[in-house]
Amino acid sequence: MAKPIGAKPTAPKGGKPKEDVNKFLKSPSGLDSAREKEIGQHIGYRYDVNLVPDYTRLTPFLKKYLEIMGWDDLNWLEDVHMGYEEGRAAVFDRNINGWVTVPKNIKLPDNQQDRDMIARELLIKFQMSKRHPMVDLNKAYRKF
Amino acid sequence: MALRTKSHDMGMHTERLSGRTQQRFFEPDEEENFTYPGAFEVDFNKRAEFDAAKLTPTEINHKIRELLSKGNGTIVMKNPGAKHGVAVGILNKLNLIIEGSLGYFGCGLIDGPNIRIKGRVGWSCAENMLAGTVIIEKNAGSTFGAAIRGGDLVCMGDVGARMGIDMKGGTIIVGGRAGAFCGFMMQRGRMVILGDAGKNLGDSMYDGTIYVGGKIEDLGVDAVPGEMTELDCQWLERKLKLYGLKAPNGVKNMTKIVAGRQLWNYDNLEPAEKKLIL
Repeated sequence: MAKPIGAKPTAPKGGKPKEDVNKFLKSPSGLDSAREKEIGQHIGYRYDVNLVPDYTRLTPFLKKYLEIMGWDDLNWLEDVHMGYEEGRAAVFDRNINGWVTVPKNIKLPDNQQDRDMIARELLIKFQMSKRHPMVDLNKAYRKF
Repeated sequence: MALRTKSHDMGMHTERLSGRTQQRFFEPDEEENFTYPGAFEVDFNKRAEFDAAKLTPTEINHKIRELLSKGNGTIVMKNPGAKHGVAVGILNKLNLIIEGSLGYFGCGLIDGPNIRIKGRVGWSCAENMLAGTVIIEKNAGSTFGAAIRGGDLVCMGDVGARMGIDMKGGTIIVGGRAGAFCGFMMQRGRMVILGDAGKNLGDSMYDGTIYVGGKIEDLGVDAVPGEMTELDCQWLERKLKLYGLKAPNGVKNMTKIVAGRQLWNYDNLEPAEKKLIL
């Protein structure tokens, strides 16, 4: 069932059309295609998971984190993006398997790259907090 | 009577879960921590060495933990003897140097350490890796980086089949060739193969990106060529430079493979529609 090289690509040519960065804040359901409307459900991620980071936009907090961990780049944070859940900006925390909403008092930049940097910073602060749910799980289930 | 555990005493079974999981954000200004609560405080300049020749895999893993608890930020393991399940579950910052080869499932489930392996690795190296870097100086077996979620996994040599199967994030870089079915059921993350790639590359991939510097034997179902952007090129240049690697014909000439996204709503399709796609 393999497809030979040179087969007609089905990915959009010429890059994706520029999307409104606030699309999922204005319209939480985000239903575009006929198929999505038919099933009443958005298909796929609500952000571009393939967007690689622009390193010129690193925040001072992130620079310090990378230095402490001994990494030369964002490492696992390259896969962290600002997402949108139920009409609110949020970041997905894999350690709780849930979305962490971005506080309302944080002003969102007008582009996804800067939003992603904010999401990375907030996620580090949340995961490393002593109030993170994993702290209690660790106490309850740690074996050694 | 149901078994009561410590978690019951802590009241962790009283919450009623309903709807979508969504945590309220804590106060982001409360405190600045850069490592997990409970992680060992270590100093990269404090170095320890140990000989693993006469230790079992469990003893090796306990030894690493013991050295971490003493503040050692750099640990050198000698004579690993290709043992299986070694250097797993390290959730700490650490520089770990392994002077030799590892067997199956080495460096699995790690979150944070930088590991350099001076030999080869067997199947499923860095399986379910969450963060950090793992560099293998020679070749790797099959299912390299299976279900990896984050971090950089680098093999300077060749790798076997099904590399990055079910990968959910992170970056896998191969300096040489890769076997069949690499990127099978890939969901996100990036895979860079500087040499040739085997059959069915990216089969049934849902999302993510594969960059190939050599020839591709053929593509799997729903894997299609994508367009290389300037941001892709910058990212590739930067990433490869970190590990002293170069694309054989330059990053601009690498082939980018992405998901055709025909399988995204696979579950909602009628049998006849599925036949059309496949």
